[in-house]
Amino acid sequence: MDYLTVLQILDSTVRLATPLLLTCLAGLFSERAGIVDIGLEGKLLVAAFMSGAVAYVTGSIWLGLLAGIAASLVFSMIHGLASITFKGDQLISGVALNFLAAGLTVVIGQSWFALGGRTPPLSGNGRFGEWNLPFSEAWSKIPVFGPTYNELISGHTALTYIALLTVPLSWWVLYRTRFGLRLRAVGENPSAVDTAGISVVRLRYMALIIAGVLCGLAGTYLASLAAGFVKDMSAGRGYIALAALIFAKWRPWYALSATLIFGFLEAVGNRYQSISIGDFVIPVQFMQALPYILTVVILAGFIGKAIPPRAGGTPYVKER
Amino acid sequence: MQAMPKWADAVLIPLISILLAFFFSGLMILAIGKDPVVAIQTMVQGAFGSTNGLGYTLYYTTNFIFTGLAIAVAYHARLFNIGGEGQVMLGGLGVALVCLAIDWPHWTLALPAAMIGGAVFGAAWAFIPAYLQAKRGSHIVITTMMFNFIASAFVGYILLNYLKVPGSMSTESAGFSAGAHLPTFHEMLAPFGINFNKNAPANISFLIALLAAFGFWVLIWKTRLGYEIRSFGESESAAKYAGINPVRITVIAMMISGALCGLMAINNVMGEAERLIDNAPEGAGFIGIAVALMGRNHPVGIVLAALLFGFLYQGGAELTFWEAIPRELIVVIQGLVIMFTGALDNMVRIPLEKLFLALRKEEA
Amino acid sequence: MVITIHEGRQTPAAPIAPTTSPAPLAIELRGISKAFGPVQANKDICISVRKGTIHGIIGENGAGKSTLMSILYGFYKADSGTVLINGQEVQITDSQAAIAAGIGMVFQHFKLVENFSVLENVVLGAEDGGLLKPSLSKARKLLKQLSDEYELSVDPDALIEDLSVGHQQRVEILKALYRQADILILDEPTGVLTPAEADHLFRILEGLKAQGKTIILITHKLREIMNVTDSVSVMRRGEMTATVSTAETSPEQLAELMVGRKVLLEVDKTPATPGVSILEVENLTVVDSHGVTRVKGIDLTVCAGEILGIAGVAGNGQTELLEVLGGYQTGTGVIRVNGQDLDLTGKASDGQSRRAHGIAHVPEDRHDEGLILNFAAWENIVFGYHHDPEYQKNAWIMDNAKIKKIAHEKMERFDTRPLNEKLEAKSFSGGNQQKIVLAREIERNPDLLLIGQPTRGVDIGAIEFIHQQIVALRDQGKAILLVSVELDEIMALSDRIAVMFDGNIMGERLPTKTNEQELGMLMAGINNGADAKQSEGA
Repeated sequence: MDYLTVLQILDSTVRLATPLLLTCLAGLFSERAGIVDIGLEGKLLVAAFMSGAVAYVTGSIWLGLLAGIAASLVFSMIHGLASITFKGDQLISGVALNFLAAGLTVVIGQSWFALGGRTPPLSGNGRFGEWNLPFSEAWSKIPVFGPTYNELISGHTALTYIALLTVPLSWWVLYRTRFGLRLRAVGENPSAVDTAGISVVRLRYMALIIAGVLCGLAGTYLASLAAGFVKDMSAGRGYIALAALIFAKWRPWYALSATLIFGFLEAVGNRYQSISIGDFVIPVQFMQALPYILTVVILAGFIGKAIPPRAGGTPYVKER
Repeated sequence: MQAMPKWADAVLIPLISILLAFFFSGLMILAIGKDPVVAIQTMVQGAFGSTNGLGYTLYYTTNFIFTGLAIAVAYHARLFNIGGEGQVMLGGLGVALVCLAIDWPHWTLALPAAMIGGAVFGAAWAFIPAYLQAKRGSHIVITTMMFNFIASAFVGYILLNYLKVPGSMSTESAGFSAGAHLPTFHEMLAPFGINFNKNAPANISFLIALLAAFGFWVLIWKTRLGYEIRSFGESESAAKYAGINPVRITVIAMMISGALCGLMAINNVMGEAERLIDNAPEGAGFIGIAVALMGRNHPVGIVLAALLFGFLYQGGAELTFWEAIPRELIVVIQGLVIMFTGALDNMVRIPLEKLFLALRKEEA
Repeated sequence: MVITIHEGRQTPAAPIAPTTSPAPLAIELRGISKAFGPVQANKDICISVRKGTIHGIIGENGAGKSTLMSILYGFYKADSGTVLINGQEVQITDSQAAIAAGIGMVFQHFKLVENFSVLENVVLGAEDGGLLKPSLSKARKLLKQLSDEYELSVDPDALIEDLSVGHQQRVEILKALYRQADILILDEPTGVLTPAEADHLFRILEGLKAQGKTIILITHKLREIMNVTDSVSVMRRGEMTATVSTAETSPEQLAELMVGRKVLLEVDKTPATPGVSILEVENLTVVDSHGVTRVKGIDLTVCAGEILGIAGVAGNGQTELLEVLGGYQTGTGVIRVNGQDLDLTGKASDGQSRRAHGIAHVPEDRHDEGLILNFAAWENIVFGYHHDPEYQKNAWIMDNAKIKKIAHEKMERFDTRPLNEKLEAKSFSGGNQQKIVLAREIERNPDLLLIGQPTRGVDIGAIEFIHQQIVALRDQGKAILLVSVELDEIMALSDRIAVMFDGNIMGERLPTKTNEQELGMLMAGINNGADAKQSEGA
């Protein structure tokens, strides 16, 4: 394996990790506020579909982005209606949303484009262009640093850089602002927030709005990368993001490393059908399953203990 | 004091929820420029209008009875098993291994063996998340979800590397021998002079599913084990006080759940495909969630809900054929049913409770 | 130094002479009503509280005290009625409005974020701007001031989960003061405190009163009302039965107002005639799942025909003692019943094997342990004994028809109302729920009965019945281990009293040879003089 191959795998890691990271942070805001969000997958999917559809019709991925965020927000609000306003089961609501997304995207897609649930391919301004950072061409000849800068750091789309910036931003919001303090409190003990005179309902909806926007970004990224929407294109990324969230112990910086690890596993799995280490052959299916296996291992507490926000999953009911 | 009579809780609320789900489904059909009335007619005609359609409807119903019961057993212990899909996959592997193991002389021998194979594999796949939940507190919703993906990769690997017929293009096992062929409704009903469509996949597994539903009822409400499962589900702390071992109940309830999922494979793998194909469950494990929710975790409700979903599945296929509405419409309806009967329960319940309270006050 | 409640009362910081012109009203409630579905929690309540006084609200569990105060704090919305603060009518629509009106509340179950620091908890909801840093440093300064002023010292950077209950309560008070509350409501503040901690709290309250703050103290303990309040309101079944000046009333009068008739705090019983020892506990230690040692090597004996009462403030190891005896908590040491060692490792030590040893257990918490509220009464009557051959049809199937019949008979003998075994347990009143549990456990004719908080949340009529049943079982020669946080109950029922503090038995006393003061000291962990362990017969 030469240096360029390594760089290509790492570059592909960043591409694959971007939607995971955005979705993982979406889940982080939601779960930190005490709302378990299995519906990440569904939001990702509707966002990918709407952004793909609108980007095709208008020819602008930026308008597509707005549409993707809007669609994801609608789903977030349904989740809020069920799990906050009507105090329903958050898990069931999430499962329902995933089905709705899987069904609606194809039914509507077929009705609009009659391509069996696909959108027509995106091109030109219908996709995000790659951002070449300054001097990437000029420096590419410098050994080691040049290719690294040119291949790995430069040349991603705007959303990748936005996703990376979201990490410190999320950390700052959560730990340095009033909103973050309240958000974390509502996920730990909503009655403490309520008796302090702050609306639990409002805070939780705010968290879901943030989650909706982030999933909208992630879904649009998928549609742009694949140059159009394809049926079920989220392909379980919402669930992997959820796994990464557990892996990250609900912290922003850890979320970055967790999604990079999972992205790397996927990149390696995509590049090699199987990996031989001496006589031992690791099948590609094992690579595909590895993020899930790792998450189960983490959940089992064999490597560190992942303690979720205490009020997660339970609707807030004033006690009598 | 109860705010509502029991019948309202058991029948009225689910009914209103389903009507709401169907209402929105109708809107959906209107929105894509089709006529909901025609759609319903097409679906009813397609699902019940011929013995062929009925045979498909009952075939799907069989699947959903198994998975619905499975989810409900776990739910009585307040364990949310969303790993049905993976457990069905493993059950399929178990059934396939049994069917391929020897050249079965007759289905009466093959079926019990295949049932054991499916149930054991399904139960084993449910065991790990159950054990991790009981012993290490790993949230079972997340672990069973992860196990769906792991199952998919695992079964895919086995199929590709060990079961695939060498040289064949498609990712599937060899066909089962004739001795492992289950009687279809056509074959079962012919002696009675009833002519059931020959191509319909409904088979004897349907009766096994009904037996399983009866067994479920006995287990949950008549046996000591069922009493313990329900006690544990209602209150873990009380169960501990009563000397009911939480680890034991968690593991047993989940293994019964996994076994029921695994049993489904006698219908789809042994009864219909007669070989193991990739992604055999086709979402039945997830539909079990909707079926259990709608059926209020009671076998009668589950059988009825399974029939409804069987109808939707078969009717939906007909829609695609005649009305050019994608099959995924069914997935939308399924999502709406889960949303309204599960997550938005209170939206129907709270106004209804107020109504009953007002009625009672008027009486008084 | 120890200050008992009585001494604390003698050092008020600034007594307000009642003869001078009375202070203006701080709070006035007019005609407050509130219903939860079919239950009327508050009915046309009127209260006035003068500024700079401590006003008590007393009543039995479920009398509607907490609901009323939650309305005043904007936690619930009243169905009707008006609230006046400092003579002005205010609309308390939510907690924010209550805080703005200068009301602070210390709930019975603290409203703190466990993994936040003290500082973060204090500023939560009262931040000064979008960024945290300025708020936190301002709060740090103010906290120092407040803690110097009112004996409210806590480490501002400590996490709540690392603080003792008493300190957590201080954080709650600090939260209210940080929000500049003039009116402070405390809901059952001493339930989880030792007598010494309670005294400290009352000193804080006196200090606050001296600064002109108005305090409302909700409690069901007569002694606290008599010792610290200036005036008191009595609630019964959602209604306000009387408001009197504390100086002009007596505990007896208050008790009568609380329950609506004369209360017999004495239980009619003959002296015990203890027989052979049934339960022997030696060097029992219990470590809970968080790694905290809850029971620290205690020794106990309970004989046939006697009631051993375990007194103590809640949370001093009594619960864990009952759990390990009941077989659902592990421990080390020796527990012997009828001469047989019980398994404490958690392997064979489930509740089933305990029951086989002739141990019956009425748990402290009947809602979370003793009953399955959604099960019918008949299903509850076999709960824990569902393996009994008597209740089985065959190896797997239970004999439900027979169980229903037995349930009916048992409920009839225990005067359970309504006498309908098909009703769900949650439909019964507290007292009748407890009778279902007692019917189940006592009718087993056990050698040893463990009974925790037998009359918590039980109406007064049922209390007498339950006490009589316990004594009757003793008179049949059974051993009874009684755990209660109600000292009156311990004094009335026990033949011998052991006091638990911080996982230790502080001493044993005979009810005839001790008094509440002495027991109170033991409950606070102070053992004066040589504690000659009184032998059973003494």
